[in-house]
Amino acid sequence: MKNESIKIFQKKKAAILEKWLTLQLEEDGLREDLMSNADLRIQSEELLSSLIDNLSDSNIDQPQSSDFETVIEILSSISISRAKQGYTPRETGSFIYSLKEALLKTLSEEMKDPAALYKQSMTINKTMDSFAIATFETFIKGREEVILRQTDEITEISTPVIQVWDGIVALPIIGTLDSARTQVVMENLLQAIVETESRIAILDISGVPAVDSLVAQHLIKTVSATRLMGAECIISGIRPEIAQTVVHLGIDLSHIITKSTLESALKTSFAMLNLDVTKKQKPKTQHTIN
Amino acid sequence: MGQYLLVTIQVDLYDQLAESLEADLVNMVRKTSAKGVLIDVSSVSIIDSFMGRILGNIAAMSKIMDAETVVVGMQPAVAITLVELGLPLKGVHSALNVERGMELLRSKILQEEETPEEDDNDNTDSTE
Amino acid sequence: MSIIKEHDVVPFRNRVKEYAVKIGMSLLNQTKLITGASELVRNMLKYGGGGTVKIEVLSRTRDSGIRLTFEDKGPGIPDVKKAMLDGFTTGNSMGLGLPGTKRLMNEFDIQSEVGKGTTITIIKWKNG
Ligand SMILES: Nc1ncnc2c1ncn2[C@@H]1O[C@H](COP(=O)(O)OP(=O)(O)OP(=O)(O)O)[C@@H](O)[C@H]1O
Ligand SMILES: [Mg+2]
Repeated sequence: MKNESIKIFQKKKAAILEKWLTLQLEEDGLREDLMSNADLRIQSEELLSSLIDNLSDSNIDQPQSSDFETVIEILSSISISRAKQGYTPRETGSFIYSLKEALLKTLSEEMKDPAALYKQSMTINKTMDSFAIATFETFIKGREEVILRQTDEITEISTPVIQVWDGIVALPIIGTLDSARTQVVMENLLQAIVETESRIAILDISGVPAVDSLVAQHLIKTVSATRLMGAECIISGIRPEIAQTVVHLGIDLSHIITKSTLESALKTSFAMLNLDVTKKQKPKTQHTIN
Repeated sequence: MGQYLLVTIQVDLYDQLAESLEADLVNMVRKTSAKGVLIDVSSVSIIDSFMGRILGNIAAMSKIMDAETVVVGMQPAVAITLVELGLPLKGVHSALNVERGMELLRSKILQEEETPEEDDNDNTDSTE
Repeated sequence: MSIIKEHDVVPFRNRVKEYAVKIGMSLLNQTKLITGASELVRNMLKYGGGGTVKIEVLSRTRDSGIRLTFEDKGPGIPDVKKAMLDGFTTGNSMGLGLPGTKRLMNEFDIQSEVGKGTTITIIKWKNG
């Protein structure tokens, strides 16, 4: 004997869909900016069909059953894409909760025996709640992915390598230099040296708040790696207070070329590359200058 | 005109091969009285302390025979790993590629000719 | 995989590389892992009289990695703390292998007992 609620759901599928859609549209702040009603209908219909088609006597109270793989898959892909598009948890949750509501409403309209209705409602309630939890889990996973991607982007953005001249690359470091960051700095810098065939790399640390012995060690490592590639590394942007702490901590930077400003690092680079950068003199105004 | 020796290491060397490379190269330096040795490591994906020591040995031995050693074409990942491992590669110069390596050797040799006998550990500034 | 002679080093490294590539490890982390593995395998041959290495793929949330376990039944290390210092060597070498490998790995564990042997376990995470 087939479970009564399943029979009802199969018979009333079209009505359930309409009820559900109405409920979803009633929900405050449904984002028409994020999804059109047509898309919402397609998504909803897909999920409902998959649910009703796979529902059977044996699995109606077993949300973990493998029969619901496609249901979970659809739910996951919906909640992941919603998480990435910036839906709130409420908006995402209401998608599945309003389906539950539509199903329960339909049952109460169709079933006459209160005891049976109660029993069936409890079962449906439990199963749907389990799907809701799965939805939230994937929703959070989707958000975490967004955060991770942003973290990667920040690391990427905060270590830009700029080719400032033919044969010279520069990398301004902004923020603290920990060992993970140093890896990224080295990788990017060395890669840039290979790509641009540069002879000189300038590491500007004016954006680094403090240099302790650990940071200094990271800098020294970066310089050593640069030299192994056959390029020279200049560290610029050494502020007075940094010079002070470096000396007080007894850090030896004597075998590294250090400059106080990026400008002087550039000048040194030009000299090393035998480049002569001079100001163009305008013949007519010559007497007024110098 | 000074001669240069160019050695390209094609694969990750077995230890014995690496050791015989060391011996062969030093012999070649003497035979050809080369002024410079270029070791192209662009296809080497791993340099551990053993391989690093061989490179250092070649440089040190060549130096005694008045030749400079330049390692060229090191991969970025290898360079970062070497630094992290803590291997200093003493006495070994580096260049981005063979062409740059030649350039480096030329300038080193020129320098030496301009200021003869200039070395860290000898005292040419005496005669008083 | 058992390691008893120097000729086993390169095939072993290739095997480690295969696994690292399979889990999609970045080139830099691959290079670090293989260089470290190479150091430990050399120590095992030089001081431990050969031994075995176990290669395992690990996975944890959002990351996977490789664990290598080096086991030998050699003489063991009397003072592990000392052996882990940069520059400590009983083999007239650079004393970089152990401390350098520790720097290259995410996790490093060493157990050694005199007369019984040495077991070193290292882990490198794909994104670590
Ligand atoms: N498997 C081992 N069994 C016994 N002793 C070991 C083992 N591995 C290392 N040791 C001891 O620890 C010391 C330090 O090892 P480490 O690898 O750091 O340096 P090394 O092998 O001497 O030099 P390098 O690795 O730089 O060539 C060795 O000299 C040796 O005495
Ligand atoms: Mg060793």
